[in-house]
Amino acid sequence: MGVLRDAALSTFHARIETMRRFDTIVIGGGLVGTAIGYGLSRAGLKVALIDEGDVAFRASRGNFGLVWVQSKGLGAPHYQRWTRASSETWPALAAELEERTGVAIGHERNGGLQLCLGDEEFAKRRATMEQMRREAGNFGFEYRMIDHAELAAMLPGLGDAVTGGSWTPYDGHVNSLALFHALHRGFAGTGGTYLPNATVTEAQAAPGDFRIDLGGEAITAPKIVLAAGLGNAKLAPIFGLSAPVRPQRGQILVTERTDKAWPIPLGSIRQTPEGSILLGASEEEVGFDTGQKPEIMQGIARRAVMSFPWLAELQIVRAWAALRVMPPDGLPIYDESERCPGAFTANCHSGVTLAGAHANLFAPMVAAGALDPMMAPFSAKRFDVPAAA
Amino acid sequence: MFRPRPDGAVATIPVEVEGRVVRVPAGASAAAAVLLAGLTSIRDTAIGGGERAPYCMMGICFECLAEIDGVPNRQSCMIAARPGMRINRQSGARPAPSGEIE
Repeated sequence: MGVLRDAALSTFHARIETMRRFDTIVIGGGLVGTAIGYGLSRAGLKVALIDEGDVAFRASRGNFGLVWVQSKGLGAPHYQRWTRASSETWPALAAELEERTGVAIGHERNGGLQLCLGDEEFAKRRATMEQMRREAGNFGFEYRMIDHAELAAMLPGLGDAVTGGSWTPYDGHVNSLALFHALHRGFAGTGGTYLPNATVTEAQAAPGDFRIDLGGEAITAPKIVLAAGLGNAKLAPIFGLSAPVRPQRGQILVTERTDKAWPIPLGSIRQTPEGSILLGASEEEVGFDTGQKPEIMQGIARRAVMSFPWLAELQIVRAWAALRVMPPDGLPIYDESERCPGAFTANCHSGVTLAGAHANLFAPMVAAGALDPMMAPFSAKRFDVPAAA
Repeated sequence: MFRPRPDGAVATIPVEVEGRVVRVPAGASAAAAVLLAGLTSIRDTAIGGGERAPYCMMGICFECLAEIDGVPNRQSCMIAARPGMRINRQSGARPAPSGEIE
């Protein structure tokens, strides 16, 4: 009896010794996970960042690179405010990352324009922007509707099909791959532990006590953040959370490099500082299919050429599709577990725009152990409300 | 630097590389013409201004970009030489065509 018990105990102790302990485990090595992981690691926490590997869908490697505010949060003032807050903390994040890592991420925040083709789009856009301003209350929302003549003076070669556009000073853009690289370097540079090619094979959750098996190794921590993109849908219930996200496909076309064509990004058209022009903004519900579709690519190109007829002369040098991480109502989900306090989740389709908020606002909340009350409207509880009969 | 293989096809197609006439065999690429012309580079990069010459010869590396018959940024290794083709240096990014096109 005694011998058996000792043997069992020594096995137990051996298991504990092979388990690495952290202050926080972040599941997901994409933009959302690395931004949060970086924010936590920078604050002095011992953080493990688990990255699944190239079997994952990798939304972070397929995005467009906008830090975009003007169309986010219509009818959802808390989201408008969150996006704005992110845009406002972005310059600090960009400067800090560049200084710490030496990676130039090319962030610009000089405002942005959304072009409208036709009177109907322009009128609808005006109504949208006015509603955004109303919903901003005394936080303010500065915007201008700019007509064709004024736009044409700002944007050489503007097409006659463009009726006008909406402008806000809050928008910007960034080299999103460089951002991703800088966040990873920043995470490692502040002492974070990156665990690549690590798939969660088993997870145990108790209040303030989490254990993740990675097929061969187990790690534990009193806190955990689920930032696994589309993977969150399956992971969340284990931790008493809910993350009903679905894939939404977007396609992007990239042209050859040209001289600087425009001073600021134009929504679904943007030029990188290096000169490539990115065209995008399609939305398709096709499940986990990451393929491309000529009709969609043609639609993207057609709209771009209507906006600037000279774009038709440019060669397309790259094109790809990627899957957005889309909650049912399009708004982010941030939550903390009631059943297992210490477990948090972050889900959104704007990993670039919200990187500032994730590193500088969300990570400190996780470090403090609880989400700020202002995050309550982002809880997945909003989906539990039964529909009115 | 490069010579045609002695057992190769006869160079019959005249093209102009940077104003100089070079003959290449039928089926040769514009990039092959650049190399046969003895040029050590055919473009300057858009950001750093570094010199580049055809490299992979199979459409992957984009180093062989040249202005061909007035069209900038063509991948010269993917384009067959035609009689009278004009292949010129690609200097940096192409201009963003502006107001002149309606």
